[in-house]
Amino acid sequence: MPAGGIDVSLGEVAASLALVVLAIAVSIWRRTELEGDIAVAVVRSAIQLVAIGYVIQAIFDEDSLLLVAGLIAVMVLFGAFTARRRARRVPHAFWPLLVALGAAGVVTLGLVVALGVFEAEPRYLVPVGGMVVGNSMTAAAVALNRLGDEISDRSREIEATLALGATATQAAAPSLRRSLRSGTIALVDSTKTTGLIFFPGTMVGMLLAGADPVDAVRLQLVLLWVLLGSVALSALIATTLAYRNFFTAAHQLREPPQP
Amino acid sequence: MLFELERVEYSRDGRQVLDDLSARLPEGVTCVAGPSGSGKSTLLRLLNRLADPSAGRVLLRGADVREREVLALRREICLVPQLPALLEGTVEDNLRFAARLAGREPDVARLLDLAGLAAGFAEREAARLSVGEQQRAMLARALALEPEVLLLDEPTSALDEAARGAVEATLLELRARVRVSIVLVTHDLDQARRMADWVVRVEDGVAVAEGAAGEILGTAG
Repeated sequence: MPAGGIDVSLGEVAASLALVVLAIAVSIWRRTELEGDIAVAVVRSAIQLVAIGYVIQAIFDEDSLLLVAGLIAVMVLFGAFTARRRARRVPHAFWPLLVALGAAGVVTLGLVVALGVFEAEPRYLVPVGGMVVGNSMTAAAVALNRLGDEISDRSREIEATLALGATATQAAAPSLRRSLRSGTIALVDSTKTTGLIFFPGTMVGMLLAGADPVDAVRLQLVLLWVLLGSVALSALIATTLAYRNFFTAAHQLREPPQP
Repeated sequence: MLFELERVEYSRDGRQVLDDLSARLPEGVTCVAGPSGSGKSTLLRLLNRLADPSAGRVLLRGADVREREVLALRREICLVPQLPALLEGTVEDNLRFAARLAGREPDVARLLDLAGLAAGFAEREAARLSVGEQQRAMLARALALEPEVLLLDEPTSALDEAARGAVEATLLELRARVRVSIVLVTHDLDQARRMADWVVRVEDGVAVAEGAAGEILGTAG
């Protein structure tokens, strides 16, 4: 795949802040009170991306797979912490999320290397790993967020099913199905419409960097399809591990419906 | 004795719902009667271990319910909650789901008949039934397990007077056709009088009286 050659000067980066000024102006004019958040977002994005840029550069220079594994482990850890905030209604959501993100990362990267889609080099594994963990985090967070709502909103139905002698797994099955669906459907939908109403990031990046459109499209397809698998896996693992926390060992709801 | 509750305690969100409650519930039809919020529904949920007491014991024919395999216990001692909560799909789907849990093949027509529903209800979407029809579908679904005991939580509270009378008639008829004991929670003393062989009166989480229905409630009037 072509390495692409594009130079972005600091002046050009600074010039793009004009659009940030526009966003802040809209916020002030229409009193959405997002000025502060926009400013924080701009500063954080600059600091975080510059920092990760140096980290990635260091990893590329070292050419060490161990460092790649370390970086992805850190992403998984932060991803699990971040996703937990979205899954507040799920008791002890951290461990299911950590396992889900870790497994999605390991299985996905392992498969793409084993199938020969990418070589086991930091240049490929770092960006793909980042996308996989990021998308898996969103999917797991959305799925667990929905699971928390489902189990609490449908506690009467779930307990009525338990009252027949169904297991917790059987009673939670419809809620699990809907949660898994909501965790995966956003990516499925955007994959369906890709190229029609939005251009995905990798393709945009490659085109900007001067790559051949055919190459850009091929790489984008690989990434989209890889992400579908990792997102499904992550949402599946997170929901499968997390739903048990709503029940006792005796198949009772920990938070029974209000009388 | 079918059930014995021995000095049972249960609290929720810091509130003592059942407070050192002891009661006996024999075979037949027992009504657990008392005002709203007195802990009746909680008592019912302890009988098939949808909840466990924080102290005290619940005995089923002399043996602690916690010694039983909980899923098998719930298939024998089946609870129908106060508000209907059927699964997605048709009434027949719901009956088949329950029957499968007990490893049975349901006789759908007979189950519907026992619950006072016409055979045509089998194909109806559960979510599209009226509350009264759903309540009967819930009863039919519980009967699909062929339970020994039915625990009914305020089975008529969501119904108007005519529908209530019809459900009561269905339950009395059921007793004549199927060998099943019934524990029925109600706030309606007249209903207890019409239905029960035995009555346990619960107030503020304590059983204040128990005995044959005639003794506890007097005659109708």
